[in-house]
Amino acid sequence: MTDAGWVKSEPGGAGASAVDQVWQFGGAWTLSHANALDEATAKLRPSAGVVTLDLSALETLDTAGAWMILRAASRAGAGGSKVDWVDPPEQLKPLFRRVFEAGPEPEEKPTRRVLFLDWLADLGAATEGVAQQALDLIAFFGSLVETLGRIIVKPKRLRWVSVVSHIERTGLNALPIVGMISLLVGVVLAFQGADQLRRFGAQVFTVNMVGISVLREMGILLTAIVVAGRSGSAFTAEIGAMQVNEEVDALRVTGLDPMEVLVAPRVIALMISLPLLTFFADIMGLLGGGLMSIFLIDISFGQYWRILNNAVAINTFLVGIVKAPVFALLIALVGCFEGLRVSGSAESVGRLTTRSVVEGIFLVIIFDAFFSVLFSYLGF
Amino acid sequence: MAEWNEPVILPPVIRLRGIVNRFGPQVVHDGVDLDVKRGEVMGIVGGSGTGKSVLLRTIIGLNRPAEGTIEILGKSMLALGESERRQIEERWGVLFQNGALFSSLTVVENIEAPLKEHTRLPPDLRREIAELKIRLVGLAPEAGAKYPSELSGGMKKRAGLARALALDPEILFLDEPTAGLDPIGAAEFDELIQSLQQSLGLTVVMITHDLDSLAAICDRIAVLVDKKIKVGTLAELQQDDHPWIKAYFHGPRARAAGIGGTVPAPQPAN
Repeated sequence: MTDAGWVKSEPGGAGASAVDQVWQFGGAWTLSHANALDEATAKLRPSAGVVTLDLSALETLDTAGAWMILRAASRAGAGGSKVDWVDPPEQLKPLFRRVFEAGPEPEEKPTRRVLFLDWLADLGAATEGVAQQALDLIAFFGSLVETLGRIIVKPKRLRWVSVVSHIERTGLNALPIVGMISLLVGVVLAFQGADQLRRFGAQVFTVNMVGISVLREMGILLTAIVVAGRSGSAFTAEIGAMQVNEEVDALRVTGLDPMEVLVAPRVIALMISLPLLTFFADIMGLLGGGLMSIFLIDISFGQYWRILNNAVAINTFLVGIVKAPVFALLIALVGCFEGLRVSGSAESVGRLTTRSVVEGIFLVIIFDAFFSVLFSYLGF
Repeated sequence: MAEWNEPVILPPVIRLRGIVNRFGPQVVHDGVDLDVKRGEVMGIVGGSGTGKSVLLRTIIGLNRPAEGTIEILGKSMLALGESERRQIEERWGVLFQNGALFSSLTVVENIEAPLKEHTRLPPDLRREIAELKIRLVGLAPEAGAKYPSELSGGMKKRAGLARALALDPEILFLDEPTAGLDPIGAAEFDELIQSLQQSLGLTVVMITHDLDSLAAICDRIAVLVDKKIKVGTLAELQQDDHPWIKAYFHGPRARAAGIGGTVPAPQPAN
């Protein structure tokens, strides 16, 4: 590694008036010495007269070095000096000329930022973005309904193979994780419930609590959240990757409607598999709750079954499961919508996948609250 | 000590000996030797699947050969430790086929990325150097603030070249720099590479299928045939008897590019 370059500032020069200076640059002006060179050039003080930049002692030069010399020259120019040059050695001339021609950038004035106003503008832009997205999502729902209508008229248009394959991926393959989670939630509910109810001597109501909370809320909500994380994200990533790869455009120019080919099968598949998964989750939740009840409150499985039978009616189950197709629609809708919004880069696939999961879960919970109000109003 | 005026024989910048690459049972390279001299432009050509990209990846250390030695700037790359390797890696720049710009960064941040990693420059100087590179490769200054997905194919290549030049490398590796560009854009890119190469004193290794590029800027050409490499100037390779090389340099496209045989000048109709 060669030694760092140097720069010397001396009075004198061609005109030899008192305020003239010669800046002599020498040695290696390269990126590896840039820090030292940057400090050295910062120390140069231009005078009012002629500043001669003497490059004849340069040994090696790269574009970063040439830039720093040019920068020193333009500072001297800005400081009121007249700038004169002594050429660099022959072999360095082409490089220096090239950087010189690329030239110092035009001076731009930094735009003044008023913090509060900027914050306000950002807030406004974000609000508008959210509103616009809500509108887009509703429009997307409308066009999905239109597509589904066309499919009902002509069921042959639906990609049945794709539907079945998505049922397998979103439903069948999710059985282990959904079952596991529901079982454990049943166990936890029974455990906590028994603990609290013991204080009132109402331990036996643990079964009622487990039955009602699993069937009405826990089964469907947990399943929907797991599916939003599992399948909603997969929908966005799959369609998003196709979008990046221009496959969606290829579909369009082939005369195939992405709504019909990509979105409809996913929506229909999820609307079939989520209710089935919910049923499975309900069973597993009751099973978990039952196991724990048997341990904690000393009842037999037969007794558990009988108490459960008295505690819950078919309505309790229906109130839970009726939400499943709606949640499935929301999750699939958001997943596909965000997937089709992917543009350009791989990074946007990741960003929109995250967003699709967050929005999916958010909508599921909003609608769950809405259903609670509705059912209590209807008296279920 | 050698006398100052004694002709010094510079060691080759890149020196490959007996490179063997295989993937499973498939042998891609079977004893490839290659010397690249300082300051020359070496073109690598070969049919699809002959392992041009694999060879390039082998040289820059993304693919470890089954056998053979790689010497770059006098150092045996396969034997080097991590930190020594990095020192050599700072001295080359690579332009991948589609630019391989980091999509989450703007163009100027892309160029700053290697500078950030390998130097400790003050931020404003780093930004200025990155902006200089943007102007050097002929991009408009406004392009610096854009994200790669907002650039056209040609602009992506230029931005990729600017990033490859970020550390002022001595060696530049280019993977099909003109593929996907229109002929005018490709010719401009060739000129850009040539002028940068001459003014910055670069050694360039480029994979190309562009016969115009080969004729215009390559000093020597390495042809991958039969799992080995044949090196020569354009004129030498035109005399070669190997069927593929013959077909390559004497085909209709070669003639159109003004290589291999003469193209009868179109006669004005009387």
